[in-house]
Amino acid sequence: MEFFLVQLFNGVSYGLLLFMLSSGLTLVFSLMGVLNFAHASFYMLGAYFAFQISTWTGFWAGLVVAPLLVGALGMLVERVGLRRVHAHGHVAELLFTFGLAYLIEEAVHLIWGRAALPYHVPAALDGPLFQIADSPYPMYRVFMMLISVSMLVAVWLTLTRTRIGLVIQAALTHPDTVQALGHNVPRIFMLVFGGGAALAGLAGVIGGAAFVTDPSMAIAVGPIVFVIVVVGGMGSLAGAFFASLLIGCLQTFSVSLDWTLAGLLTTLGFSMGPDTPLWSVWSIKLSQAAPVLPYLIMVLMLIFRPRGLMGTRDE
Amino acid sequence: MNTNTPALALHEVRKQFGATQIIHGVNLVIAAGERHAIIGPNGAGKSTLFNLISGRFPVSSGRISLRGHDITGCTPFQINRLGLARSFQVTNIFHRMSVFENIRCATLWSLGYGYSFWHRVGALRDVRERSEQVMEHIGLARRRDISAGVLTYAEQRALEIGITIAGDAPVILLDEPTAGMSRTEAAQAMALIQRVTQGRTLLMVEHDMSVVFGLADRISVLVYGECIASGTPAEIRANAAVQEAYLGSLHPQTEAT
Amino acid sequence: MNTTLRYRPLNLGRWLLWGTTALIFVLAPLFSDASFALTLLSQMGILIIFSLSYNMLLGQSGMLSFGHAVYSGLGAYIAVHALNFIGKGTLHFPVSLLPLIGGCAGLVFGSIFGYVTTKKSGTTFAMISLGIGEMVFACVLMFPGFFGGEGGITTNRVVGSAVLGVTYGPAIQVYYLIAAWAFICMIAMFALTQTPLGRMANAVRDNPERAEFIGYNTQRVRYIQLMLSAFFAGVAGSLSCINYEIVSAENVSAIRSGGVLIATFIGGVGLFFGPILGAILFTLFAIALSSFTKAWLLYLGLFFLLMVLYAPGGVAWLVAIQLPVLRARRLTDLLWPYSLAILAAAVCVIGLVGSVEMLYHAALESGGDRHIQWFGLNVDVRTPTPWLVTSALLLCGGLATRYAMQFVQRRWDTIQLALRQVAT
Repeated sequence: MEFFLVQLFNGVSYGLLLFMLSSGLTLVFSLMGVLNFAHASFYMLGAYFAFQISTWTGFWAGLVVAPLLVGALGMLVERVGLRRVHAHGHVAELLFTFGLAYLIEEAVHLIWGRAALPYHVPAALDGPLFQIADSPYPMYRVFMMLISVSMLVAVWLTLTRTRIGLVIQAALTHPDTVQALGHNVPRIFMLVFGGGAALAGLAGVIGGAAFVTDPSMAIAVGPIVFVIVVVGGMGSLAGAFFASLLIGCLQTFSVSLDWTLAGLLTTLGFSMGPDTPLWSVWSIKLSQAAPVLPYLIMVLMLIFRPRGLMGTRDE
Repeated sequence: MNTNTPALALHEVRKQFGATQIIHGVNLVIAAGERHAIIGPNGAGKSTLFNLISGRFPVSSGRISLRGHDITGCTPFQINRLGLARSFQVTNIFHRMSVFENIRCATLWSLGYGYSFWHRVGALRDVRERSEQVMEHIGLARRRDISAGVLTYAEQRALEIGITIAGDAPVILLDEPTAGMSRTEAAQAMALIQRVTQGRTLLMVEHDMSVVFGLADRISVLVYGECIASGTPAEIRANAAVQEAYLGSLHPQTEAT
Repeated sequence: MNTTLRYRPLNLGRWLLWGTTALIFVLAPLFSDASFALTLLSQMGILIIFSLSYNMLLGQSGMLSFGHAVYSGLGAYIAVHALNFIGKGTLHFPVSLLPLIGGCAGLVFGSIFGYVTTKKSGTTFAMISLGIGEMVFACVLMFPGFFGGEGGITTNRVVGSAVLGVTYGPAIQVYYLIAAWAFICMIAMFALTQTPLGRMANAVRDNPERAEFIGYNTQRVRYIQLMLSAFFAGVAGSLSCINYEIVSAENVSAIRSGGVLIATFIGGVGLFFGPILGAILFTLFAIALSSFTKAWLLYLGLFFLLMVLYAPGGVAWLVAIQLPVLRARRLTDLLWPYSLAILAAAVCVIGLVGSVEMLYHAALESGGDRHIQWFGLNVDVRTPTPWLVTSALLLCGGLATRYAMQFVQRRWDTIQLALRQVAT
């Protein structure tokens, strides 16, 4: 039970972090039709910027400044790059962001080297906050959840309560009409793209400290975020939310469980041993199979429910 | 096939988008070989009806049959293979391909080449002859190697019809074939339609009344998703309900165009 | 960019083109007897097949895949096991035909994964292909029994009895095997573009909706096209298995998938020979440049990004649009603007390369030596002078390139206008 609770907390906090990433990606995708391949690179840049700032002024300045920097970079990318290739269609945009992701990774190599950075949880947040049964629960995990939730509430309020939010919502469904009404749609695009990048940057700031900050962190998390968007349903924020929590919990639970198919079948009364054909498949531990599970869910989803959890369009 | 089987039959076809009902139970029977026009004011649901028949949208309820086959719920390509081809109101062609390529692609399925990756398309005589014949029909033979995207508007409309008839489907649906054309262009298009639909069943949506009354054997009037009348051009002219609902605006329009 | 497709019956030009290609394949290794050149050529041959097969998706059917290495990699794994069985004597099969086994494996995996990926098109297809790629990569590491884990599976290509003295011991024999397969695959893939399926793949790329209304199931078109493409990817994979005698997880990795995407795009997706050019350029980049600098990936990424922004048709397109100008004997008008642009770009590149190299040096090897030797120049990366110089070069070069390109554009527009007037 105690194990379950701790894992659930970890899963939810990881899931919320993933949602910070997937919400930006989804928003940009549904608004502009652009699938931002470099989204996870913005996440990485958030962590690296925050590290750099923290070496000068400490963690808290990084928490605020790094996402803003990443957001500004995002806007710049939209303004000088994406807008140019927009005329060539969505595949060209995707290629552009792919090239960008490639370039950002190499630039990170160039500036900060290939090794992991000593970017850690600040001392004020280090240590346990409360006890679940007998095991202490780290304060930083709770902080992560707090940041994610407050940020998401802020985004939600922006989308539903402000004028620009309402325009964005209208532009989601009827971009031409919104443009015809005299709103500057390209500027909205730029703002949303920058906002999505800033969200990803913030996720990087808090995620980088919790996990690891190295040049492969973008590649490690990027495909997972794509899986979330597909599983949740392309363009659905609610779907992305549930899929983020699902994948977050799934990954957290599966890495700590040693269940095997062989064990399951044995309890069901089959006799299994190393001589059974395909033993290497039956004896894979769940923890070993953990990296594959999100993709497996995606494939199953595509076969049985191609729209995704809450998707509306079925192209 | 029994000659009495209608080319197309709609039974209580309904369509709603969300809570809005666009088509309120349309019944329509079109005999084989008939040239049938659907007229009606803007927003009456004419294009929606076409999209339902050709399988672009699924119907909400009701049945549609094509030459005796029930095609309710079929995909566009299944319906096309059963012998129905359509054109679009907004030109829908392969812009990056040449005129010849456009037509050639449209002939491939009906000539039985399917997904073949063992025939060399340039060596298929039947494909070439049929494509050239169609290009001759639509008057684009001299433009065969021009990229479709750079054709003039009227030429693109002709190509649109060419793609539609290239598969030799017995039932043809034309969605406002003369939309946006000048008077002379429309007259040419009308002659073209008359020529290429020889011996086929034609169902068309058209706003230009001179085209409608010049071409159609029968006319149906669609108003707010309901078919309020169906009959020969003379009957439609004389129909009081039509006069009231629609033709009141028809006479000025005929004079204007 | 309106390329007009012209109908031509089998003509002399086409025979000449294929003949020259074959001749190049035969003669290429004779120009240099360095083993380095042979490695380069073999790698090019493999990548030519791989990127042509990739372009069956991207260029011909509009499917942007981020997981094409899955098919070449799994094909290579099956091939390496087959080769080991041949070595043990449990399987009797000529090594020369091993790519057929790998190709069939690619076809089988293409039919499995393609069933899922081709359900969608456009952006969604791209995401799913990435997901499938990651899944396969994770699976490869999960089953070390079959896939050999991180280290991969090694093999020995010199097995079975020699046919006509061909043992595949010497690298030159392997090169000719690769060249033969590359040539056959080129012809086969070109022939495929001329079939009903190939034509419809283009139609589905341009306007999927219309394709549905002329009787084609667009999903089926994409699916078959992907399976065929996976076959050729498998052929490329088995050739790399023979060439390197090792197959590892890297063969199915996202890096491979990204590599073939970059190679194909740089070459040009709109023309059949584009990916061939791309494969040659990419190999030169990867092998030649990587021996000079550690920053080659950065340069490659920059080059790719510039192509996406300014020349989305790739190098092949850049070449192709010069042909009408050349034919009209107007290319001389462009010589001067072109030379200016190239000169300016060269200054910019020198500035860029200088800055990047010093950055790399400072970041990666800051512990030891602080000096770089450049063409006899001893540069100290801790002093500001070299940084100022390279930055100035970069900035001035960039500005000059901008102006030169405007010059080129003006001349180009004038010539195009003149050509159009001649045509009408």
